[in-house]
Amino acid sequence: MNLTIEVNNNIITADQGDTILEALNKNGMSVPTLCHMKGLFPTGACRMCVVEVEGRRNLVTACSEPVMNGMKIKTHSLRVIESRKTIVELLLSNHPDDCLYCERNGSCELQGLSEDLNIRERRISGQKNKFKLDVSSASIVRDPEKCILCGRCVRVCEEIEGVSAIEFVGRGSKTFIGTSFNHGLNLSTCVNCGQCIMVCPTGALKEKGHIWEVKDMLGKPEKTVVVHYAPSISVSLAEEFGLPSGYNMIGLMNAALRRMGFNYVFDTSFSADLTIMEEASELVHRVQNGGKLPMITSCCPGWIKYAEEFQSDLLENLSSCKSPQQMMGAIIKSYFAETENIAPENIYSVSIMPCTAKKFEQQREEMTQNGISDVDAVLTTRELARLIRLYGIDINKLEPELADSPLGTRSSAGKIFGTSGGVMEAAIRSAHYFITGKELVKFQVKGVRGLEGRKEAKVKVGELEVGVAVVSGLKNAEILMDEIRNGRNDLHFIEVMACPGGCINGGGQPIGTDEDAVKARMMSLYDIDEKDAIKVSHKNPYITELYDKFLGKPLGHKSHELLHTHYQIRDVN
Amino acid sequence: MQTEQKFLLEQVLMQSEKTALTPETAQKLRVIRKEHNDKAVIFVGAGTCGLGAGAAETIKAAKKYLQEKNIESQVISVGCIGLCSSEPIMDVKLPGKKRLSFEKVKGADVASILDNIFAGNLPEHPMLGQFSDQEDQTSWSDVPSLNDHFFFKPQQRIVLENCGISDPVSIEEYIARNGYKAYLNALKIFSREDLCDFIEKSGLRGRGGGGFPTGKKWKFALATEADQKYLICNADEGDPGAFMDRAVIEGDPHKLLEGMALAAYAIGASKAYVYIRAEYPLAIERLVTAIKQAKEYGLLGKNIFGSAVDLDIVIKKGAGAFVCGEETALIHSIEGRRGMPRPRPPFPAVNGLFGKPTIINNVETLSNLTAIVNKGADWFSSMGTTTSKGTKVFALSGKIATTGLVEIPMGTTVRDIIFKIAGGIANGKKFKAVQMGGPSGGCVTEANLDIKIDYENLIKVGAMMGSGGMVVMDEDTCMVDVAKFFMDFIQRESCGKCIPCREGTRRMLEILESITSKPKNRETHEPLARMKGVMQLEKLGKVIKDTSLCGLGQTAPNPVLSTLKWFREEYEEHVFDKKCRAGVCTNLREYTINVEKCTGCTICAKKCPTGAILGGRKQPHFIIQDKCISCGSCEEACKFDAVMVS
Amino acid sequence: MKTTVQEILDQYPGAGRDSLIPILQQVQEKIGFLSEESVIEVGKYLKMPASKIFGVATFYNQFRFNQPGKYHVQVCRGTACHVLGSATVLDEIEKQLKVKAGQTTKDKLFSLEVVACIGACGLAPVININGEFHAKVTIDSIQSIFDSYRNREE
Repeated sequence: MNLTIEVNNNIITADQGDTILEALNKNGMSVPTLCHMKGLFPTGACRMCVVEVEGRRNLVTACSEPVMNGMKIKTHSLRVIESRKTIVELLLSNHPDDCLYCERNGSCELQGLSEDLNIRERRISGQKNKFKLDVSSASIVRDPEKCILCGRCVRVCEEIEGVSAIEFVGRGSKTFIGTSFNHGLNLSTCVNCGQCIMVCPTGALKEKGHIWEVKDMLGKPEKTVVVHYAPSISVSLAEEFGLPSGYNMIGLMNAALRRMGFNYVFDTSFSADLTIMEEASELVHRVQNGGKLPMITSCCPGWIKYAEEFQSDLLENLSSCKSPQQMMGAIIKSYFAETENIAPENIYSVSIMPCTAKKFEQQREEMTQNGISDVDAVLTTRELARLIRLYGIDINKLEPELADSPLGTRSSAGKIFGTSGGVMEAAIRSAHYFITGKELVKFQVKGVRGLEGRKEAKVKVGELEVGVAVVSGLKNAEILMDEIRNGRNDLHFIEVMACPGGCINGGGQPIGTDEDAVKARMMSLYDIDEKDAIKVSHKNPYITELYDKFLGKPLGHKSHELLHTHYQIRDVN
Repeated sequence: MQTEQKFLLEQVLMQSEKTALTPETAQKLRVIRKEHNDKAVIFVGAGTCGLGAGAAETIKAAKKYLQEKNIESQVISVGCIGLCSSEPIMDVKLPGKKRLSFEKVKGADVASILDNIFAGNLPEHPMLGQFSDQEDQTSWSDVPSLNDHFFFKPQQRIVLENCGISDPVSIEEYIARNGYKAYLNALKIFSREDLCDFIEKSGLRGRGGGGFPTGKKWKFALATEADQKYLICNADEGDPGAFMDRAVIEGDPHKLLEGMALAAYAIGASKAYVYIRAEYPLAIERLVTAIKQAKEYGLLGKNIFGSAVDLDIVIKKGAGAFVCGEETALIHSIEGRRGMPRPRPPFPAVNGLFGKPTIINNVETLSNLTAIVNKGADWFSSMGTTTSKGTKVFALSGKIATTGLVEIPMGTTVRDIIFKIAGGIANGKKFKAVQMGGPSGGCVTEANLDIKIDYENLIKVGAMMGSGGMVVMDEDTCMVDVAKFFMDFIQRESCGKCIPCREGTRRMLEILESITSKPKNRETHEPLARMKGVMQLEKLGKVIKDTSLCGLGQTAPNPVLSTLKWFREEYEEHVFDKKCRAGVCTNLREYTINVEKCTGCTICAKKCPTGAILGGRKQPHFIIQDKCISCGSCEEACKFDAVMVS
Repeated sequence: MKTTVQEILDQYPGAGRDSLIPILQQVQEKIGFLSEESVIEVGKYLKMPASKIFGVATFYNQFRFNQPGKYHVQVCRGTACHVLGSATVLDEIEKQLKVKAGQTTKDKLFSLEVVACIGACGLAPVININGEFHAKVTIDSIQSIFDSYRNREE
């Protein structure tokens, strides 16, 4: 704090190099923003954050203007408010009037701003731009008519994910966000991570909904509807119901799912344990038999498509393991169907994921057995919340319940899959045991926890020093892959997640997820791990049983058939 | 011969300022400047405007004439002298005689002019005058001096000095005209700081519109530590009604290059770009030639004349986006990005092209530098007003008697430019206003004609220096239509990044369109509802100015606000009386058919382009107002005067 | 056999993003427009996503994305032409050629473009086909104008 500035006649202090916006935020004040993205270079596009600075002819944007000692700022003068109001009215004059039908009704930033600015009549009207809805993608629906061109999706796609599937197209009032040569998103390089949805202020981007199909299936008595939820869902769903970030509502969720009519409630963390059994074995195998190293995780479908497109020369480095969602799907329609004596075609298998790319993964050709999909529908965290509300379930009145056996019991290693570094830690725990026959002391792998985009560590496994790296956000993956391509050879195992921070910040998580929420979800997962009795996948008794009764051994014949997959090079255009 | 001349010129370039030229050298230079010739020389103004007026024919005719008559003489294409309405201009210089300048010389006129001249007679053809500065050459009797011509007399030509006079593709001629002396001297006598100081002292301000002191701007870049700095010449002249940059580059490209070299030295840039419109092919060609020549002379490249200074100049062609005149948009365009501006700070002088300190100067600004270094900062600051020094080039167009380029000292009145230099309004019509500063500017009306032109005074009356376009309007111009024209232009050129400019200019254009056309439905039919639109224009204009990201948006509403201020009654007439006094907005008209007079001949219905006229054969017809586009075809077609206009 | 685009790219050894616009300008000069293939090829060379190149190219007025037809039809929508019914003329042309402005017919014979005033206001409404002006065009005369071009092909 080394500068003094005057804001609305109050003296506040600020740091040299701060923008006005940062200075205001540090002092508990705020101005509205639309295009602003914390940590990224300001673009100054939306002009919502304009403030009056004494001595300046025009209003200045708080997001980009550095503070200067003695600066006199008015954040809510008549001139400023009228300007902001006019800007929002201008946006509304080119925006569909269908808030009632909009996915984002109630969570829309444009709606919020017009409410805050007391816009109660249409003062500005005129021609609106007409665009077609893009429903081509398996994961994401684009509605350019609702787009206000803040550019956040373009930036996240380019600067965080390194994908650049979408970009501003055209100029002036005809500008829109589009793909190369205006193809459908399905033909673009989009990896379906859904981070664009997370940053979209309006309903211009949303997931491809599976909610109606699931509802229909719940109403069909001949169908056995099975549901399983990813590790991070239980710590992020709470926010949809006004409960604190990170609150673990797994028991309530089980109860709610049963109330809605799901016949079996399983936990994807169980198949995360299964993934570890296979993946750790694969790692050990590669290390001991001179296989391709470093081995790279394959649980994230966003990363997989990205690798197939942009890192196709490194596909051999990818673990051949299917993701937990797909392993669970395969086990449900084989082992579970067999033991319960239900025909696989009569099982309707739903997964609840923090992720939009899982919707793409689910419909990949490799993810079927005899023409039957392993997973039939994928709901995001948001869709689950909507489904719970649709069925009129009052979450506060429920008593916690347990998931069903045998696919509902997990170790805590499977649970921490939900956060960046979790897969790595779980795999190292088991690999350590497989190689040395002893458990890792304290079960912790230092250096792979936390929300940084890139983490590296050296882990002693017996005589071997294992080099590991964890990256999240595909731009970070791109940098690491380039290092490997350029000859870096001290790494054995790499975890990649497309979403920054991992699945707890996935593209299917509640709208409005911020840094604090992600942190709380991560803390919650590690807290569960801390308190859990079984901290390693290979000690999960139901996993042992599954191998004994059905699969045989990790990397065995049956595993290969059901739990492993292969990848295809995708031409980038 | 070629190498001999090059050797001589290199000697001249290396010679110290203090040593006088030998009489022998001075004479040789005079020959290169074509002021002393033993064979006749013919000059044809062949800039883009000259070529448009038929200069190519003139050149062809002159060459054919010389060949047929077996006369040894040179035909040289020079740039534009600025008097566009007199193009094509042909000059003839006989050995020993002063150079004569003829106006409006079509191909067919050439033979008789040359017949007379080569016979030693003065042709009858209209003449601009003879050059007066060639003292050792005999004058033509009864021919006034070119300098006394009404168009040139009040001018003070610094930037345009050589335009239309010297051969633009000859670096030799440029050097013989004292060219590159300023640069080489500056390398010897000025440190970079001194040169910045010197230019700051001269009072030179940016001629691209903003008017920021050039020397001061340079100092920001000079003061920033960096391994690489860049100079960019902004030649992306896109204002409708401004063409001075094109004329300078076509007519005197080396003056720009020398100016760039000076600026690059001052800020410590070893690489410079010229960002130029692709629509200026001739100017690009001239620049390519000039850069090649300057490299051959060692005036560009490594270790220039042993000074340890390097400079490389590269041409970047724009791809058609007006907004790229804005500094940060221009930088993005050179970097291969969408030409969208970004917030400042950081200013380009600190963080510009490829993240390096970058100075962007406009063509006219850079073309002033040579003269300032040669003649001194005091000389330059002796011209102009308190705040604005030197001269300014204006491009005159519209309803004015003489169109073209003029360069006048700052402080000249608008009235003098229009009525003294340019001969007033064309066709004896009445002056209404002059739009200054293009789509970013505003209009100057009769009441303000006597303001002395400088940056501040123009802003005071709601106009702008801009790049120097002056579009003159007479009583037949509708001011609402003018506002609509500029708003339409700016709306199409808005980059679309910031909301107020993207959405706001579009809404303003829609309002202007509705005011200038027939009300479409009951609601907009109400004059009050339409008047609300006019008030909306003012409100929107204010917010767009106040909140837009870049200069384009911040000035976009100016033409509307300015016409609203000075010509509000014209807006009100459009709204309340549905009348356009200039008769421009024909869409306002409402056509009806007089049933008494209509014979039902059906001709009008057949002519109607929108099928708005109904009626059976031999039955009175009527017009469906919703479909009518007020084109007037029916009125023209009706033989019985049955169609009425309101 | 090198592609036209590759020949152009060869002139830009070690090029970075700042060479993008000059390269696109040269590509368009050579093949008349920016095809999707050419954009992808340029993108691979400059290591730039095609979406980014498309975004840049659509920003500037200069670039086209459709092969112009053998006969390029420009319909003037300047003020003078507008007043004399160029909107209806345009509608009729779109109907007859079965393309919208900015597109090329299936047989690649005609492409249609709407242009700002081309300065032939005395001839309004006017269309320009490969530099030939057709004056005072009406709904009835359009058919015969296009036929005269089709006949040249036979």
